[in-house]
Amino acid sequence: MSGDLGLWTVPLAMIGGAIRVSTPFLFVSLGETITERSGRINLGLEGTLVLGAMAAYGTAVLTGSPWAGVAVAGLAGGVLGLLHGFVCSFPRVNDVAIGIALMLFGTGLAFFFGKPFIQPSAPPLPAIPFGAWSDLPQVQAALRVNVLFLAGAALSVALWWGLRNTRAGLVLRVVGDSADAARALGYDVDRVRLVATGAGGVLAGIGGAYLSLYYPGSWNEGISSGQGLMAVALVIFARWNPLACFGAALLFGGAGALGPALQSVGVSQGYYLFYAAPYVLTLALLIATSSPDRALAGAPGELSLSK
Amino acid sequence: MVADAAPSRLAAARPGTPLGLQIRAWLARHLEAVVIPVGAAVLGFLLFGLFLTALGKSPLQLVEIVWRGGFGSPFALGNSLQRAAPLLFAALCVALPARLGLVVIGGEGAIVLGGLATAAAAQPLAGFPAPLAVPLMAGAAALAGAVWIGAVGWLQAYRNVNATIASLLMSYIAIALANHLIEGPLRDPASLNKPSTLPVGDAFMLGPMPVIGVHWGLGCGIVACVIAYVLMDRTTLGFAARIAGGNVRAAQIQGLPVGRLIVGFTALGGAFAALAGYFEVAAVQGTANGTLAAGYGYTGILVAFLARQNPLAIMPVAVLLGGIEASSGLIQRRMQLPDATVLVLEGLLFLVVLLSETLYGRFKLFNPHLWAEKRAATPAAPVPA
Repeated sequence: MSGDLGLWTVPLAMIGGAIRVSTPFLFVSLGETITERSGRINLGLEGTLVLGAMAAYGTAVLTGSPWAGVAVAGLAGGVLGLLHGFVCSFPRVNDVAIGIALMLFGTGLAFFFGKPFIQPSAPPLPAIPFGAWSDLPQVQAALRVNVLFLAGAALSVALWWGLRNTRAGLVLRVVGDSADAARALGYDVDRVRLVATGAGGVLAGIGGAYLSLYYPGSWNEGISSGQGLMAVALVIFARWNPLACFGAALLFGGAGALGPALQSVGVSQGYYLFYAAPYVLTLALLIATSSPDRALAGAPGELSLSK
Repeated sequence: MVADAAPSRLAAARPGTPLGLQIRAWLARHLEAVVIPVGAAVLGFLLFGLFLTALGKSPLQLVEIVWRGGFGSPFALGNSLQRAAPLLFAALCVALPARLGLVVIGGEGAIVLGGLATAAAAQPLAGFPAPLAVPLMAGAAALAGAVWIGAVGWLQAYRNVNATIASLLMSYIAIALANHLIEGPLRDPASLNKPSTLPVGDAFMLGPMPVIGVHWGLGCGIVACVIAYVLMDRTTLGFAARIAGGNVRAAQIQGLPVGRLIVGFTALGGAFAALAGYFEVAAVQGTANGTLAAGYGYTGILVAFLARQNPLAIMPVAVLLGGIEASSGLIQRRMQLPDATVLVLEGLLFLVVLLSETLYGRFKLFNPHLWAEKRAATPAAPVPA
């Protein structure tokens, strides 16, 4: 089967993998972009992602509808996001530390309530076979694109446009760049940040739904391996730009697909090292895009990360 | 925070203040740092009790089980202390950089690398006398951790790379690297089901401490906490670090070597975390294997934050959390709760204690500099809720 493709299997599997693996990165990074543009950082999206994955899977098992699962995942993520936004509105509460606490809390809740759902199987989210024209099963597999991926792509364009051209986008950016200016204009800074963190949580929760309902498509306690946190680093790399988030998510997805792709052609040596590729890539990009003598270009002025 | 603390110190130092008032002021200032976190932890336990009640489980039964499984018998206490030992080291890896304003959450990676370095160093040292080889193995572990977490500090200080994200990424990379080495080049061919390195050998294993029977990691962890406390609170080096953590610009104007301080303290934190891995290998497991990444690094973050980054407070908090984790199995069996119960409790505690940060300086009772505004000596009133 793969004999006629030879080594071409690897790039093909990586393209397919990039599309498959990137969706959670995309949703979490778009959510984090909204949150960080308001001047707060939510490191807890890793926990939100896991809780979203559990909520989606559990709901889909109980109701039989994957879309109900996506909705509940968004809801659960939104609640965690609002909790972060609410707690951080008190003076002297550190948003980075709260994020770490929520990472623990969200993961804990997900494992706690997710125990009964490890065995049963849930209906998966539908995918569109863009590769139906080809006879090759590898091409067909690579081009099966999930609906959520397309929704995420559309959302990144909409967010990019909305941040520049809508009133809400402008308010968000003012709050993120200078809380004092926003207060002078009469905006309630804490409320804008609360909404932005809540919205970020909703998107991260939906990203989790993709994990459990499509790829890898099951619920277990190892479902997320730091994607939520890598997505936060990805936002920095993408310079808080939703369109760049889309590209960066594809790149990360491709890196994540490298290990399985090489394994599929029989390269099993150093499997764990290939598995680390996305982390190494993230770190390398983080180092390359940081600079010792100036703040990060394009960073919201209020962000504790860039101060 | 620093600005808030300053006036209270001045009030106490003002000449002519009666001795009784001075003592009361000293007590008030120090009580705040105890009452608020303890109160927050109690609130966290109460919230968790509500959570259990809502699920139809008895919170009192949980308390009883945690007591019995964690502290109630010599065996249970020994088990808790055994779990507390790596938490002491892991928490220091968070607390030392925190004084410089860095949130380092990658201790897990340093623990794994420390354990791996221990096992790797034991092979060429085979046949050496133990008094020579044991410190060398511990040194190899500490070096591995110091380089790993020190690199995080270097990246933050000289490349402006966020230490929180970088340390967690480095931790994932360290675990992948360790898995690769344990399943590949360093694998003991005899370990079939559970890939492990070659055993370090009985000659290099550490025995239990006298009287309490817990391995030496506990004693060394306590010594490490005391050293960290003295370093941070009683030396000029620690003072310089705290200045740099409070205000980088002020520290630079004073000519303090901020970059070197950051690298030094992160490296020290990494060395401590790696020692947790050393003791797991040289006192518990005997080889380096996958169980090194047992989550001590992550619980250590919680310990450090609950202790408010104070090395002395880390000791009781580590024992408390060690006890809670030690009773996890009993909670599962007796209450039919999933093993993640402890994780939910830890997350709640973490959230509430962080939220309590907002309370410091709000209570007149704890802030002597506010007393003078009313009258010189306000009698101790009940704590406003």
